[in-house]
Amino acid sequence: MSRPGRDDSPDRLYTLTGGRSRSGSDAFDLVTLVVTESEPAPGMQSEHAAILRMCRFPTAVVEIAAELGLPVTVVRILLADLHDTGRISARHPRSAHRLPDPDILEQVLVGLRNL
Amino acid sequence: MASEISERPALAGTADNGLKIVVVGGFGVGKTTMVRSVSEIRPLNTEETMTKAGEAVDDLDGVRTKTATTVAFDFGRITLDAHNVLYLFGAPGQERFWFLWDRLFAGTLGAVVLVDTRRLADSWYAIDRLEHHGTPFVVACNDFGGPAHTEDQVREALDLPAEVPLLRCDARARASSKTVLIALVEHLARLQKAPELIP
Repeated sequence: MSRPGRDDSPDRLYTLTGGRSRSGSDAFDLVTLVVTESEPAPGMQSEHAAILRMCRFPTAVVEIAAELGLPVTVVRILLADLHDTGRISARHPRSAHRLPDPDILEQVLVGLRNL
Repeated sequence: MASEISERPALAGTADNGLKIVVVGGFGVGKTTMVRSVSEIRPLNTEETMTKAGEAVDDLDGVRTKTATTVAFDFGRITLDAHNVLYLFGAPGQERFWFLWDRLFAGTLGAVVLVDTRRLADSWYAIDRLEHHGTPFVVACNDFGGPAHTEDQVREALDLPAEVPLLRCDARARASSKTVLIALVEHLARLQKAPELIP
């Protein structure tokens, strides 16, 4: 059985994103956590509605892509749509620097040791 | 598909900081095995695509082609505390996936280079690339029961600087994989105190 999305024609992906191939910004990192701010509205594009249902609890961009069976690139575009209209909020990774701050590293160490 | 979704436990509402560690290595070296052994979710698979101008130029009319390259990668998840969630990515180490690496490495904490000591050359490219990016890493030799190499032999074959941690592991064992991740984060903490060690 092939994973949904894998064999989809490029045409379908083109339709999903309204023909856009870029999200306009790389704001959505793979691990940006997305949170729904408003419930799906009737008539909404089904992928948008699926994202809103999925993100009632924080969900990473990469998890959304895996569950929708869509390439990350396409998901970023869908997320930009929802973000622009205020339907989702984004919790971006804090450590954008070359090395994360010492507090975060310490928290990671404590978390891993507690596994 | 619905059952797969229900197997993925939701994160706490307070989760607000996603962190990344990349596991790289050659085909069949155990990247997904390592991700699975420590992940709280069954590893998921997704793909990244990139369109690039093709290298090949038609001799007759000089038309440049655009090619879309798609590469799949696995990932798992570890909830560290109420705020921090660590995502582990298993990425293929072959040269043709360089573009995926560039994306995955952006903002990553660091990398684990998983090595099969019977095929050390498979990890040369990965190590080159990490050094080029200045991404901190540790090297973990997955135990396949092959001929034992001394640490010095492996270090020499991989041309590893002394400050890069080298350890053995069993990627199937949660405790062992966890030890590798802890070694990486401890290495990061050392680098933070001595940033001049970053290549």
